[in-house]
Amino acid sequence: MTEQSNNILLSANNLTKLFGDFTANNKVNFSILKGEIHALLGENGAGKSTFVKMIYGLLKPDDGEIIWKNNIIDLSGPKHARDLGIGMVFQHFSLFDALTVLENISLAMTGNLNLLDLENKIHNVSQEYGLQIDPNSRVYNLSVGEQQRVEIIRCLLQDPELLIMDEPTSVLTPQEISKLFDVLLKLSDKGCSILFITHKLEEVRSLTSRATILRRGSNVGTVNTSDNTAKSLSQMMVGHEVIDTNNKKLKINSNNSLLIKDLSRPAETQFSVSLKNINLKAKGGEIIGIAGIAGNGQYELMETLIGEHLVNDEQKIFFNNKDLTRLKPNKRREEGISFIPEERIGHATVSSFNLSDNFYLTDYINKKSSNYGIINSNYNKLMSEKIIKDYDVRIPHDNPLANSLSGGNLQKFIVGREISRNPNLLIASQPTWGVDVGAALEIRNQIVKIAEKGSVVIIISQDLDEIFLLSDLISVIYNGNMSKQFKREDISFEEVGLLMGGSSLENK
Amino acid sequence: MITLTPRTNVSVTLTIITPVLAIIFTLFMGLIIFSSLGYDPIKSLYYFFIAPVSRPDQVAALAVKACPLIIIASGLVFCYKSNVWNIGAEGQLILGAVFSGWVALNFLESDSILLLPSMMIASIIGGLLWALIPALLKVRFNTNEILVSLMLTYVASLFIDFLVRGPWRDPMSFGFPLTPTYSDAGLINRIHIPFVGYIGQLHYGVLIALCVSIVLWFILMKMLSGFSIRVSGESPKAAIFAGFKPSNVTIMVMCISGGSAGLAGMIEVSANIGQLQPNISFGYGFTAIIVAFLARLNPLAAIPAGLIVALAELGGDSVQISLGMPKVVTGVFKGLLLLSLLAGETLNRYHVIINLNMKSTKQ
Repeated sequence: MTEQSNNILLSANNLTKLFGDFTANNKVNFSILKGEIHALLGENGAGKSTFVKMIYGLLKPDDGEIIWKNNIIDLSGPKHARDLGIGMVFQHFSLFDALTVLENISLAMTGNLNLLDLENKIHNVSQEYGLQIDPNSRVYNLSVGEQQRVEIIRCLLQDPELLIMDEPTSVLTPQEISKLFDVLLKLSDKGCSILFITHKLEEVRSLTSRATILRRGSNVGTVNTSDNTAKSLSQMMVGHEVIDTNNKKLKINSNNSLLIKDLSRPAETQFSVSLKNINLKAKGGEIIGIAGIAGNGQYELMETLIGEHLVNDEQKIFFNNKDLTRLKPNKRREEGISFIPEERIGHATVSSFNLSDNFYLTDYINKKSSNYGIINSNYNKLMSEKIIKDYDVRIPHDNPLANSLSGGNLQKFIVGREISRNPNLLIASQPTWGVDVGAALEIRNQIVKIAEKGSVVIIISQDLDEIFLLSDLISVIYNGNMSKQFKREDISFEEVGLLMGGSSLENK
Repeated sequence: MITLTPRTNVSVTLTIITPVLAIIFTLFMGLIIFSSLGYDPIKSLYYFFIAPVSRPDQVAALAVKACPLIIIASGLVFCYKSNVWNIGAEGQLILGAVFSGWVALNFLESDSILLLPSMMIASIIGGLLWALIPALLKVRFNTNEILVSLMLTYVASLFIDFLVRGPWRDPMSFGFPLTPTYSDAGLINRIHIPFVGYIGQLHYGVLIALCVSIVLWFILMKMLSGFSIRVSGESPKAAIFAGFKPSNVTIMVMCISGGSAGLAGMIEVSANIGQLQPNISFGYGFTAIIVAFLARLNPLAAIPAGLIVALAELGGDSVQISLGMPKVVTGVFKGLLLLSLLAGETLNRYHVIINLNMKSTKQ
């Protein structure tokens, strides 16, 4: 046995996980050394969470093996993983607010324990690693960073040799992040390996020695972070695909105009993002792309644009000079605006309703689909059939339930429903998320077409290829801040990737 | 692990046969229960199911018994469809009776044909206002409507008790807690069918119940307001996306169910009692909850469901009287009937997958 293999704490060979037809992880090879801080990088949906859940015993791999200290292991569950010495700190904490730190930690301990002993242990661990915490304070009094410390201490008390951290910095302030990094470096000095999941590139370079990059469920490379720039890492993350820029659309002049002026929204919970003075301008015929990694305020922005959440101000969102800021979704639709939210099932459609009822869901303001409050089911049926035909929606039988359609077909129906109303403004979030290539192409063509008719189109997407393929103007949303708008010709793929990771562009 | 997974295509014939199978299963279980307790099983089933409906006037009694159940359940469907849990229909029924009673007692000498309609409107307003209390508290302060509506039932029953013993008591009632009897114009008549005459106690309230059930079905299934209720229950996010405000939906469904419960209270008093007394309902407001679910939250199906539950009630009384069967046994049998109907319904829509392997990869 070589020096190198002796040093490997955990490795994965050809780890594969399928969810139905969807391959979440495809033959992922991976290894982490003793005492190493290793980053797991990837866009949203790249398969990072699936991968660590297999290592932590939460999911069972469909193929491949996990090797722990040179032995093949078959994890029966998280407890088995913890017993071996694998700990995990989740993105969302599992603490009881009303209990004290000590009580919370004692709940996770097995066997007989003495609270006084435990308190001493907590004290020792927090001294050793600089994780200041008062064991007797109640969790609801703690900041998010302190709550995370409790979670880490809880893991450390079980003497893990591998600590998995799922996006630990996503909820922290910059000061808390630097404190956390100090702790992690100390841990690694003492021989504990850390697998650090993130999509923030600067962090990777400042903290980790190696990084494994996942893209669409496959490992596209494990690299030394010191040899790479944030730029090259982002390139690996989003892929090198050649972008089809021939998809040039006609330039159209129309009078439609959207203006968003200093739109702000405070965060409601510790997991939601606040929107900070968002500005946006768009003219008819333009497609505006808003890039960004999930959880940077897209959801909150979309909610505010649809009118599902009304901000307390006025005069923030104008369409054709009309102030929409206080209007409900149906009133905004009356202004000729269509929305395509990210979630197909349960948001854009009701899964247990048939397609004609789902057509009615956003068309009831139309006199033709309901008169004097009575539903005109014939009209709705006719219109949904027209959408099914025009947008090539494949259906199992006549007027099926929304949940009996495949994701791509349902998305085509939703896009058809919203575009067939000839909106003057179309706002779409992740319009081709999880949709197969053919359907995605059709959806994108429809979006380009509606812009060519003179409508304003806003696309919020994590798919950089899509952003570059469709947009005339590109902005990036990061942590609730919107970058300025760049013309597509003026900004590169890599530069957008950097903005998505929170870096700034010096020369722009 | 036992999991229920939805069937992809539910057969129509099976949907029709399922309740029949459930009833056959119940009868079979009934045979076992009754004979093991020493009762003649055939006789017991006869007195349970056949005797209560063996004469036209008994069928009429069944319809009369089902009448308030159908009205209340049709309204409760709106609440449960939108995940608003109104448990206080009993209290809303009482307030309906109280409001209509107030009108009736103010016009004891009246013979106007407008008296009955105004009593109906008053009863709807009464039930509606009583239901509005938990609705507004929920919308404004996010209180739990289950608790508030249930507690208000006790308030309502003490309130009517207070009225009939105190301010509204008939001075001529020899101290009994009763109000004066309504004028004839305030009573709901029995139905007189040409050439046949009266059939038992069958009264016009039964026709009202059928109308309420049909109208509410139309609102729920064919109108925009009903659509907004169905969307809110199935998918709150889609409802907000469509522009339906959750608080408006909550208020609307509570008003509809409270109003119908109030109407049921008025019909119960005007058709069967003729005056207010401390107890005007036999727990119809609670039994109607079962009817609503037995009807699979469909107002039209509340008609057969109401009849089935009424039959179970009358059948239970019948075996108690004829065979001296204890009340608890009839209760068990009634429960069994409802359980197998609901279980049949569930099995019709879901596969049951029993996985004894605890190391299942399912998350």
